Amino acid sequence: MSEFQEKSRVVAVEQLADTFYRLTLSAPQIASSSQPGQFVMAACGPYLDPLLRRPFSVHRRCDTHSIQLLFRVVGRGTELLAAKRPGDVLHLIGPLGRGFDIDDADRVCLVGGGIGIAPLLFLAEELRLSQRTCTVLLGSRTAGELHQLTVEFNALGCEVEVATDDGSAGYHGLVADLLGPCLTGVKRCYACGPTPMMARTAQLCLAGRIPCQVSLEAHMACGLGACLGCTVHGTADRYLHICRQGPVLNAEEVAWNR
Amino acid sequence: MEQMNTAPDMSVSLGPLVLTNPVMTASGTFGYAEEFVSLVPLHELGGVVVKGISVAPRAGNPPPRVVETPCGMLNAIGLENVGVDRFISEKMPFLRTCECRVIVNILGDFIEEYAELAARLTDIPGVDGLEINISCPNVKKGGVAFGTVPEMAAAVTRAVRESTHLPVIVKLSPNVTDIVTMAKVVEDNGAHAISLINTLIGMAIDVRTRRPKLGNIIGGLSGPAIKPVALRMVWQVASAVRVPVIGIGGIGTAEDAVEFLLAGATAVQVGTANFYNPSAVCEILTGIQKYLLEQGEQSVQSIIGTLRLEG
Ligand SMILES: Cc1cc2nc3c(=O)[nH]c(=O)nc-3n(C[C@H](O)[C@H](O)[C@H](O)COP(=O)(O)OP(=O)(O)OC[C@H]3O[C@@H](n4cnc5c(N)ncnc54)[C@H](O)[C@@H]3O)c2cc1C
Ligand SMILES: Cc1cc2nc3c(=O)[nH]c(=O)nc-3n(C[C@H](O)[C@H](O)[C@H](O)COP(=O)(O)O)c2cc1C
Ligand code: FES
Repeated sequence: MSEFQEKSRVVAVEQLADTFYRLTLSAPQIASSSQPGQFVMAACGPYLDPLLRRPFSVHRRCDTHSIQLLFRVVGRGTELLAAKRPGDVLHLIGPLGRGFDIDDADRVCLVGGGIGIAPLLFLAEELRLSQRTCTVLLGSRTAGELHQLTVEFNALGCEVEVATDDGSAGYHGLVADLLGPCLTGVKRCYACGPTPMMARTAQLCLAGRIPCQVSLEAHMACGLGACLGCTVHGTADRYLHICRQGPVLNAEEVAWNR
Repeated sequence: MEQMNTAPDMSVSLGPLVLTNPVMTASGTFGYAEEFVSLVPLHELGGVVVKGISVAPRAGNPPPRVVETPCGMLNAIGLENVGVDRFISEKMPFLRTCECRVIVNILGDFIEEYAELAARLTDIPGVDGLEINISCPNVKKGGVAFGTVPEMAAAVTRAVRESTHLPVIVKLSPNVTDIVTMAKVVEDNGAHAISLINTLIGMAIDVRTRRPKLGNIIGGLSGPAIKPVALRMVWQVASAVRVPVIGIGGIGTAEDAVEFLLAGATAVQVGTANFYNPSAVCEILTGIQKYLLEQGEQSVQSIIGTLRLEG
């Protein structure tokens, strides 16, 4: 595993929806070595408060020089990120963790809920490079959060279906409800989003004997495997450390009922 | 510039343990060093103190285990570690290649476990010293931390000294009424050096859910927020004992480190800063050198304990 500490420059800031932002960052070392599903630790503030770096999935690799992060503003760190302007510096460490496995499955399904959609665009880009058939199911609170992303998944040649909590676009309800009928013929499934959504996806895939990978979250101090803070409950009474053993895990490694 | 001739002497001694420079990494914040290999030039460190090791592996506490607080963080890792056997077979081979001092932090539920660990680690090539974490609960005494009762701290220190010829550092808990009494007791019982402070016990609550933010309810506070407390304790202890003192707590910059040296610490350990700035240890090292040059000092030893109180 090799990661870099890189002083990235903000190239562009986009506001995709009310609280959804996207940063394009010039970070050549990280851009040239990232795999879909990997993440970076970003130092959001210049001083000691907020103290810790924040983890963000690599949303997209634009070229060998730059990456994008897609984030939702939820607290002080993400507020500071949303206030970044082109030319600003953002210190990153990455790429970190274990990403999605891409095997020879020719037909795959990607399920993303809310900000969990972030790592899936990078994954879809990689999958489409080798012509896999990708069905993408996207869920969120409301239509606005999905608009731009839907356009981008479509542009890659993915088949996209959406679900919204308020019914403002696509299916009125949970994205996991769309999954059942889509699984026919699917050889592999990838999911990232709220835990109940991933648990439901894992359950359906298990029943259909379809390999499924999920990307999990945990509070992190280091992202490097040193603090042992980023634990989730694994099966067989084991704790898993998300920053090194994940964030992408095989669905059957996770104790969903804990 | 005649840098070569004027470069200050950075070496320090912790009793029998000589370090090329006074900047070490603190236990539990630098893993087993391999985690930082692509980010930190490990050979430049004065020493690495590895994650606390127990006789048997430990799984640790349920999540969430870390939470950020103003200028600090709380952790309740629960002393998760691979156990001494796997430490020796899986972690020591890498540590032997680091070209820096390796100090093994040890912990136990019973005095006998500390003694056993000391004996096991004594003849392992590459282990340069032991640091006793006495902030752990003594299971035989109803879970009272070894580090909060002078007699228990004394007994652990003695047991470890009798089980090894390695240099022994005793790491004090700040969660006591009188830190100087604890320091004197471990000095009298054979500690070659004293390190302080371990984390301060704290707590955080999510008011929306009315639940504690840590799975373990309470945890240890670390980071810049604790520096003034650590500095005060280091100054009090360094003024009261003869053995070398290692300053720990919220150190993130060279200025922080120099404060501890002036207060009487012979060396420092950098903890939480490794998380938010993995370059901190190297920046601190070069910053201390720069400070010495600016102050016209020939060596780091010449500034230790030179806090001016009069005039
Ligand atoms: C591997 C991984 C990848 C992630 N990728 C993305 C992404 O692509 N886009 C995105 O918007 N978010 C992502 N997150 C979640 C993101 O890290 C948090 O939303 C962010 O840390 C919140 O910081 P804050 O200061 O705004 O919030 P605060 O609530 O003020 O943060 C306080 C502390 O809690 C931690 N924290 C809060 N929420 C989370 C969370 N959900 N997961 C982990 N730690 C949290 C923060 O890191 C910080 O230490 C990811 C999390 C992980 C673990
Ligand atoms: C995540 C974490 C794990 C720690 N684990 C240990 C440990 O295993 N043994 C120990 O003696 N101290 C442990 N500590 C305490 C640190 O070594 C140090 O004493 C403390 O964090 C104060 O220094 P700091 O403010 O620079 O972090 C740990 C601290 C943190 C933050
Ligand atoms: S975040 Fe520190 S070990 Fe995973």
